[in-house]
Amino acid sequence: MNWTAISAIYRFEMARFFRTLLQSFLSPVLSTSLYFVVFGAAIGSRITEVEGVSYGAFIVPGLVMLSVMTQSISNAAFGIYFPKFVGTVYELLSAPITFIEIVIGYVGAAATKALFIGTVILITSSFFVDLEIVHPLAMVAFLLLTCLSFALFGFIIGIWARSFEQLQLIPLLIVTPLVFLGGSFYSVSMLPPAWQTVTLFNPVLYLISGFRWAFFGMSDVPVGMSLLAITFFTSLCIGAIWWIFRTGWRLRE
Amino acid sequence: MTPILSIQDLRKSYAGGFEALKGVSLDIHEGEILALLGPNGAGKTTLISTICGITTMTSGQVSVGGHDIVHDFRAARSMIGLVPQEVNLEPFEKVWNTVRFSRGLFGKPRNDALIEQILRKLSLWDKKDSTIKELSGGMKRRVLIAKALSHEPRVLFLDEPTAGVDVELRKDMWDIVAELKADGVTIILTTHYIEEAEAIADRVGVINHGELLLVEEKSALIARMGQKQIEVQFGEPLGAVPASLARHGLELGQDGQSLIYTYDTQAERTGITTLLNDVAQAGLVLRDVQTRQSSLEDIFVGLVSDRKPANRPGEMQ
Repeated sequence: MNWTAISAIYRFEMARFFRTLLQSFLSPVLSTSLYFVVFGAAIGSRITEVEGVSYGAFIVPGLVMLSVMTQSISNAAFGIYFPKFVGTVYELLSAPITFIEIVIGYVGAAATKALFIGTVILITSSFFVDLEIVHPLAMVAFLLLTCLSFALFGFIIGIWARSFEQLQLIPLLIVTPLVFLGGSFYSVSMLPPAWQTVTLFNPVLYLISGFRWAFFGMSDVPVGMSLLAITFFTSLCIGAIWWIFRTGWRLRE
Repeated sequence: MTPILSIQDLRKSYAGGFEALKGVSLDIHEGEILALLGPNGAGKTTLISTICGITTMTSGQVSVGGHDIVHDFRAARSMIGLVPQEVNLEPFEKVWNTVRFSRGLFGKPRNDALIEQILRKLSLWDKKDSTIKELSGGMKRRVLIAKALSHEPRVLFLDEPTAGVDVELRKDMWDIVAELKADGVTIILTTHYIEEAEAIADRVGVINHGELLLVEEKSALIARMGQKQIEVQFGEPLGAVPASLARHGLELGQDGQSLIYTYDTQAERTGITTLLNDVAQAGLVLRDVQTRQSSLEDIFVGLVSDRKPANRPGEMQ
């Protein structure tokens, strides 16, 4: 394993993040605050409790997941797409490194950024609501796994994309709706039975549910299912990346 | 001597069926400068990209320093530096960071002193904290070279290093190449400026339509393929080639006051002595005599326009 190369990629990517630290930091703080104002104050005044948890606290795991998923994807997708766009990918392809090392560097950096933002949101939330985390270790594990698996997914999008438009396409058209409809801001049990069944086909539901379980000890689906879902999704992404690098798809002619 | 870079029957076909390289074989020796000449689309960049790992080969074998570029790619690639034709740089990065990144990417431990030395040599030191987008085109090219040199390559590929750069930078570039050669770095450069190959290369390869037409010592090439001309100028207009000199196959110069004699430098008898004797016999008064040698450019144009491959590449050594 060429750790020097991995750390070079990782540090290069993190430097990009730190250059825009204020923006990276302020934007999640601001959006989280806005969500609390709108959802917590406006809706929370009508829905006081969801399954014994105050509505304000109930949406925290969903809010964290929403940002972590979109940030993991966009950071990883941009991280590998940008070298393709400006042409510096030649250096990655000609360097004495394996694809695994490239993935660890880029995906690791993207996951770190998302983790940072997730943590910022969690801390911001604690100013608005009383948070108690029932299973803190499981919470961290779910958070890490989600950062990682969605960064892997973003990496695939970044390799697939041939334009900035395509780069936005999947996050915008697929991921955001799935996250919103996956129970970020409501419990699935609040839906009509038919929609409850439909929602079960949304993979994001399992992640949010598992993450919420770590906070409050209650979930829409059994936590084991959540773990299984995230493991399956991660394996799927790893499999796809393995295939991409084996064939050189959209990287090497 | 074992070659530092050995290419055996390298072929590359693109998905559309286009055959960019049609069985290129070539050995390059340590410390030499090889210039690959060829028109646009000849396969120069494909050849370099395939050796460096940017495109995959269809068939063939390439080794660098004895390491196969597929099976032992780590060892092979860590010896190679590449300066691409396009100015591919991240616009918002600082010069120092992007050069340091390249060194790390190639698995070399941090060495700020070396990077400083490289940046100074390339007149980039005072720009080290500038972002790439603030630099001029020439400076960006220097950054590309700095990135390639940052990981101390033993073989350096320069893909059209002086395309679109001003005369001063081109001369600087040639000086840099000469210095690298002095350090023992093997350099393969592609160009379509023949004067560049003439100025800095030890050997010249001519590539066209994916085939290596020839590889030869530059001086031998010019000598072997070069034709020389003697222009004999006279004090008075001639009007036509005098009948007594007809057997020499002369041409009348444009001003009508000179005769041009073309001969092969490699021939056993150049015929110069007889010609000058006959000129004296004819009673013509000589004013001046000039000789001209055909340049690499003439040879190149001749090769890519109508010649079939003169030799199988690889047999040239």
